[in-house]
Amino acid sequence: MKRFAELFNLLDQTTSTKSKVTLLKDYFALVDDKDRMWAMALLSHRRPKRTIKTALLREWAAELSNLPLWLFEESYHIVGDLAETIALVLPAATHKKEEPLTYWIDLIKNLKDKEEVEKKEAILNAWSGLDAKERFIFNKLITGGFRVGVSQKLMTKALSQYTEIEEKSLTHRLMGNWSPDDTTFEELILNENPLDDISKPYPFYLAYAFDLTFEELGNVSEWQVERKWDGIRGQLIVRKENIFIWSRGEELVTDKFPEYKILTELLPDGTVIDGEILPFKDDKPLSFNILQTRIGRKNITKKILETAPVILMAYDLLELDGKDLRETPLYERRKLLEKLIAKVDHPVLKISPIVSGDSWSAFEKEREKSRSLDTEGLMLKRKESSYQSGRKKGDWWKWKVDPLTIDAVMLYAQRGHGRRSNLYTDYTFAVWDGDNLVPFTKAYSGLTDKEFAEVTKFVNKNTKEKFGPVRSVKAELVFEIAFEGISKSSRHKSGVALRFPRIKRWRKDKPVEEANTLKDLTDLLQNYQL
Amino acid sequence: MALLQLTKNGLYCEQADVYIDPWRKVDRALITHGHADHSRWGHKAYLCTHSAKPVIRHRLGAKMKIQSIEFGQKMNMNGVSFSFHPAGHIVGSAQIRVEYKGEVWVASGDYKTEYDGISEAFELVKCNTYITESTFGLPVYKWQPQKEVFEDIHNWWRQNQRDGKVTILTAYSLGKAQRIIANLDPEVGPIFTHGAVEDINEIIREQGFYLPPTTRVNKTQKKGDFKNGIVITPASGLGTAWVKKFEPKSVGAASGWMAVRGARRRRSVDRGFVLSDHVDWESLNAVIEGTGAEQVLVTHGYSDIYSKYLREKGLKSQVLETQFEGEQQEEEEVEEIIGENEKKEKE
Repeated sequence: MKRFAELFNLLDQTTSTKSKVTLLKDYFALVDDKDRMWAMALLSHRRPKRTIKTALLREWAAELSNLPLWLFEESYHIVGDLAETIALVLPAATHKKEEPLTYWIDLIKNLKDKEEVEKKEAILNAWSGLDAKERFIFNKLITGGFRVGVSQKLMTKALSQYTEIEEKSLTHRLMGNWSPDDTTFEELILNENPLDDISKPYPFYLAYAFDLTFEELGNVSEWQVERKWDGIRGQLIVRKENIFIWSRGEELVTDKFPEYKILTELLPDGTVIDGEILPFKDDKPLSFNILQTRIGRKNITKKILETAPVILMAYDLLELDGKDLRETPLYERRKLLEKLIAKVDHPVLKISPIVSGDSWSAFEKEREKSRSLDTEGLMLKRKESSYQSGRKKGDWWKWKVDPLTIDAVMLYAQRGHGRRSNLYTDYTFAVWDGDNLVPFTKAYSGLTDKEFAEVTKFVNKNTKEKFGPVRSVKAELVFEIAFEGISKSSRHKSGVALRFPRIKRWRKDKPVEEANTLKDLTDLLQNYQL
Repeated sequence: MALLQLTKNGLYCEQADVYIDPWRKVDRALITHGHADHSRWGHKAYLCTHSAKPVIRHRLGAKMKIQSIEFGQKMNMNGVSFSFHPAGHIVGSAQIRVEYKGEVWVASGDYKTEYDGISEAFELVKCNTYITESTFGLPVYKWQPQKEVFEDIHNWWRQNQRDGKVTILTAYSLGKAQRIIANLDPEVGPIFTHGAVEDINEIIREQGFYLPPTTRVNKTQKKGDFKNGIVITPASGLGTAWVKKFEPKSVGAASGWMAVRGARRRRSVDRGFVLSDHVDWESLNAVIEGTGAEQVLVTHGYSDIYSKYLREKGLKSQVLETQFEGEQQEEEEVEEIIGENEKKEKE
């Protein structure tokens, strides 16, 4: 544990990618197979199953630190990280217990079916035998969320240097539903047949936002243009009479979308399709909000299937008849995909249509239509491109439509979490309705740290009322809010809900009376309803 | 009528007609220390400790009327007895004791209890009512002894020397910077300073405090002149072209906020050292208990939370909405001071 805590600490202290890779590689070389596997798992967001409720952890931490629970909770709110808050408030260790990472993970796993008193004893005992840095790691093993600026890619790179296995192969081997509990380092990493695990997806190829000129893109005929759909990126795999759906976050979401089940029989063995999981009804996409109502649910009820049905809007074919097509040029993959979808001929699997145009200006016009077609913009893909892995520049671009904007007044401010725990960073905004200000959205990112500090100063001096961490402030500051879409909402006082609202800039030049009105918002709703 | 009360101008003693660290212009101001949120420009008369005066003079200019007094010396104003007692926050910083008809109040300004090697050591003053800051009034803030922090700083400095990097440590130019310099081992390597820091160093040295030798960074030095060195600069120095000649460099920050990982990441420095000139949770509670105060008024920081905690412990306590802003404020204010100095240079 000491080594892993030290690794974490060192990773946290550097912003250099090169040193991070070296630190990881050195760690991999130093520890045994078990600890190495767990380190890999933890750094790729895989953690042991939670065996203790966090509510209990809070209670026990407050008790051991001799603090009232409310004070612990306030501290947690300000620190923004439960594992860290506990590590910080606990009294100093009473003894020293040095065990490897795997020992502590096993300890946590073994608490699964234990009585609460036994759990409590084990956790309190662990806390008392670890120093602050180790405690933080121990708590993270329970709560999850090891954010340390190590991407899967970076970890893979370090692993590649350590094992001398090619990075791409490792990326493939590391994907999917593995856990150190049911595989070994040898099986997962050193094994040369990654396709043995039939659920494994290919790494997604991600596009960059278009930031070139048309001249730099070259001849318009070299590009395939599609709509950019507003759903969830997904990969559909049919192999050996099984179907798997992976989301872009590398989550296996097969059970959340039973609509696709039928494709198990309709698609040939060894098919992998890249596309958009899209809420779709009566021949057109539904609002992303509707899909969101499904994502969080454990059980997919009949009602959900009726109100928020999904299709797969397919745009690429990565594997056909068990053959990896990623090196085949896009235009050929597209032909194969069209043929396949025509053959399947089922409403749940559609092909993302090609947008035609013979000049960039024609596409500029097409892009203008995006909002009325309930899409986010256009995708530009080079016809000759292979299917690469990760975010790569050059061959695929997303060309989003410009956001909608409105000037709004800040009404409430809330202290930020974690990184910004000493600043007011979360604001609620309002627009005028006659002489009243009607709140209509919250927005977070978009200001610089310096601006946040400035707003915080304003909040401190202009607080009207306090409600826990939230303060109502004098209506004085005006901000330009950008958002991707607007829809009707009965849940909000203003009657509208925004998609991806964020602060575009601080309108210091605008007096509060000149902020936009509720009517301006409803006009936008009329024009651009999703 | 309370002995000290909050008015729109600041903390006021009506019986003596005098303010403590007021934020609007007043006739008579008692000043705990020279940080800008406590010692503002424009009052008609100032009173502070002898050792706080030179810095305050430097910050406010030659025209202001500033008088000073010995630590512990009693002074009477219309029947009210005032005295200044070390707060351990920065050189010259004081808690102000106010006594009238047997009732004692203490306004502590900013303070810390650990002796930092340069500021006059904190003195615990018995009182009936204690006015305390709460900049770090949460149980997550616990400081290590500064000896350990300086060991970490020196180890990092040596590691940077091995890696061929210049070490840059950011600190507030008045107080934190001198505390750091006073505790650095000049045997490890040369110590360089940003102009805003060195201006204060000169004043402090002139007062007779010892600081190891430092070199002001100026335009004639070149890349390479800083080999093996450590540069002490306010954080705002980092955002400018000024830092270019230190490449390759490793940047650290020293502040109480660095105790929380999120704040460390927000500053995006290579290393964060937890070093504060304010009390941590445990010392704060020990001081409150030690003063024997039956009433505690809580100012800048996590005042709502800390005041509620004290009430639950059975003390009389409430929040005082002052305009003091603790360590965060100090970090922001740096640019203001640099601005002033630049103005002077032009003149």
